[in-house]
Amino acid sequence: MVLVSVEVNGSSYQHEVEPRTLLVQYLRETLGLTGTNIGCDTSSCGACTVLLDGESVKSCTLLAVQADGAAIVTIEGLSGPDGALHPVQQAFHEHHALQCGYCTPGMVMAAVSLLAEEGQLDERGVREGLEGNLCRCTGYHNIVRAVLACAGDRAPAGAVDAVGAVGAAGGAVGAVGAAGGTGAVAS
Amino acid sequence: MIPAAFEYARAESTEEAIALLVEHGDEAKLIAGGHSLLPLMKLRLATPAVLVDIGRVPGLSYIEERGDEIAIGALARHHDLETSAVLKEQVPLLAATAHQVGDPQVRHRGTLGGTLAHGDPASDLPAAVLALGGTLVAQGPNGRREISALEFFRGFLETALGADEVLVEVRVPKAAGAGWSFQKFNRRAQDWAIVGVAAVVNGTTGVALVNMGSTPLRATAVEEAVRSGASVVDAAAAASHGTDPPSDANASSEYRRHLATVLVRRALEEASS
Repeated sequence: MVLVSVEVNGSSYQHEVEPRTLLVQYLRETLGLTGTNIGCDTSSCGACTVLLDGESVKSCTLLAVQADGAAIVTIEGLSGPDGALHPVQQAFHEHHALQCGYCTPGMVMAAVSLLAEEGQLDERGVREGLEGNLCRCTGYHNIVRAVLACAGDRAPAGAVDAVGAVGAAGGAVGAVGAAGGTGAVAS
Repeated sequence: MIPAAFEYARAESTEEAIALLVEHGDEAKLIAGGHSLLPLMKLRLATPAVLVDIGRVPGLSYIEERGDEIAIGALARHHDLETSAVLKEQVPLLAATAHQVGDPQVRHRGTLGGTLAHGDPASDLPAAVLALGGTLVAQGPNGRREISALEFFRGFLETALGADEVLVEVRVPKAAGAGWSFQKFNRRAQDWAIVGVAAVVNGTTGVALVNMGSTPLRATAVEEAVRSGASVVDAAAAASHGTDPPSDANASSEYRRHLATVLVRRALEEASS
């Protein structure tokens, strides 16, 4: 067993862990923070994304011992002390950027990291910046809208509204996304 | 999926890591970012008895100018490479290639030294270092030695590193005004390249291939054709000479040979324009 000291969502923890314990296991099973999901378990899908010293990482591909001494933020740590949603959570809510919700915690954490790193974000930047996170429900349009809305004045004018239109250019599937998306933006 | 049990030791210095490798021999494996090794351990394809963690060794994450070269500490992460101002200016091929690796989460953890020492023919950065004619620095019990990138990759996931050596530095020639290109073809975002090509045109032409054999490969037939004055199309036609590309769920060997010709042509065109 190896002693691990971490700060998670602002609280300090120390635990003896087996070296092979994955960070996601430690968060879910030892700390009870089950907001971080396990999806593919092969570092492809991004459902397990958390922030490690402010940067997005896939917690299924990190040993808890590798995180020793680090500050970790999970989806549970994003909201304010009064329970107010983080701006990215609020934007996902407002733009209906989820359907089943399984990918959402990881998607939100990846978006928080992306927004912190990138000075300017357009649609392409958001799509490429979220390439490590898979969503099998939404077709991504509303997720991209939500993140662009958070980019605020760092996003080119009209970028949020333009997401569906870009999809429409791709043909029938894109057009469906555009039609649904227009309603979401209007709301 | 949980890795098989192992003993964990964190090295605080390169010397301590080497001492641990000497002590444990073949039973030990180095881990830095872990984004090549941990997936293999979770699948139980790798079951090291001792994991020596060099991820915290200080002073190995630098990217700095040194004479005619850029020297990069082995622990510099893909994210460090893709955002490095000095690399973008002096060796843009390497910064751009780093940006193509995996996805942002992977790039926050994976290291240049790790991807080279792992020696996966499907990885992007080894091809860029090969095309650039880089130099790798290994440190062992008897000090440091330099290994040409051309001599480094020996077989599938096998390199010239000894069991008691740590890859500590990578150096590549400055190529600020050089033409360059990195071509990567895959079916899905974040996937490994089905085939990839790194090219740099800087007086001489360096071309290297991703996923066209058991190791990252230098496209020597293409380079010789360019040297002898062949057109881009004719040089690209030699792309698969001397290669032995795999057939897998993504593509047949024949498809990869064709793809290599197409991508080398695109790379030479972009690097020469």
